[in-house]
Amino acid sequence: MRLLTHNMLASNVKGVTNGFPLRLEAEKWAEKEVELNADFLRHMFSKIEWKALAGAARAVGYGELPDEADASMLDSEDFLRRFHHALLEIHVEEGALVCPESGRRFPINKGIPNMLLHEDEI
Amino acid sequence: MPRPELQAPPDIFYNEAEARKYTTSSRIIEIQARISQRALELLALPNDGVPRLLLDIGCGSGLSGETLSENGHHWIGYDISPSMLDVAMEREVDGDLLLADMGQGLGLRPGVVDGAISISAVQWLCYADKSSHEPRMRLKAFFGSLYRCLARGARAVLQLYAENMDQSEMIMTYAMRAGFAGGIVVDWPHSSKARKAYLVLTCGPPSAQTSLPKGKGEDGEMCSEDEESDDENQTVGIYERNRPRKKLKINKNGKGRGWVFKKKEQMRKKGYNVPPDTKYTARKRKAHF
Repeated sequence: MRLLTHNMLASNVKGVTNGFPLRLEAEKWAEKEVELNADFLRHMFSKIEWKALAGAARAVGYGELPDEADASMLDSEDFLRRFHHALLEIHVEEGALVCPESGRRFPINKGIPNMLLHEDEI
Repeated sequence: MPRPELQAPPDIFYNEAEARKYTTSSRIIEIQARISQRALELLALPNDGVPRLLLDIGCGSGLSGETLSENGHHWIGYDISPSMLDVAMEREVDGDLLLADMGQGLGLRPGVVDGAISISAVQWLCYADKSSHEPRMRLKAFFGSLYRCLARGARAVLQLYAENMDQSEMIMTYAMRAGFAGGIVVDWPHSSKARKAYLVLTCGPPSAQTSLPKGKGEDGEMCSEDEESDDENQTVGIYERNRPRKKLKINKNGKGRGWVFKKKEQMRKKGYNVPPDTKYTARKRKAHF
């Protein structure tokens, strides 16, 4: 799972009003190189919750992202590269996602988060 | 072959053996690729070369996702079958995979996704596989969460095999209730094999952009698949018991006298012993009542 997906996911356990962001507990992760596409990053920037991305990046040991970001920073090549690396090149292999409100753990196995809910959580 | 939906729940039906078919059968691969290409076409993403973030609901082994990747898009795949996802992992697909049940809602932030496709998956929602399953609630949860996570004006193209009219109507009703505009596009409506129904849904109020595209082959154009398949090489051709028979041509007045004389003449020429034509030949019987 890439951090892009982590940034979109919210917990939908019954009764949870704000299931975002899921806390990322990463045990194992890998990096795969992907071609940088500035257009995509600009397009996605408005949809990304920056704080959650920066937080998740720190959870996988990547602290190069600034705490705050705004659209003017997209002109910087250096910023784009860091943004790209955090968003698309880090794959979390093992670990868990934890719902911020209910504390429910969604385990990540072999890079696939298990988001299945139990019957009493629907 | 009976419908897979009637055999077992999706997480059981798509076991390792079934999942393996999706990597080894070139026929399945080709069909899946063709359907997903068409779904992507129906999504009508703006043609500006910018990659988009798409959803693939019921991604299975990632065959449909591969088409999305080939077109440069990023995608997130949902599936309920761990075996299928394992195969997808083996194939090293480019998208991210989630083990999730679409009937429980997609669990995404609002307005983040640029489009969604789903290949032969949504009809599974119409079956209750567990006592806690209530198809209507599951359809509602699915379409509600899909509507929320799509950006304004984004489309969702769901290819599905509905068992009957009631089912497709039910799916359609819940899509409309969630707020979607759109309808069903049918490709190759006259072909039994190549017929594919796509539910094309648009987020937001109806406008000029939400008008439905036309299905392929609606005006009697032949599908390439039909032309390719030659019946001579097929050993078994009939799957359905209630396949319509060729209707006998019966007109109201029967064949008529002229036809009988003609036939008798033909038989005489062949040398058969045929009774002579008289005024009684092919005479109409009296109405007795």
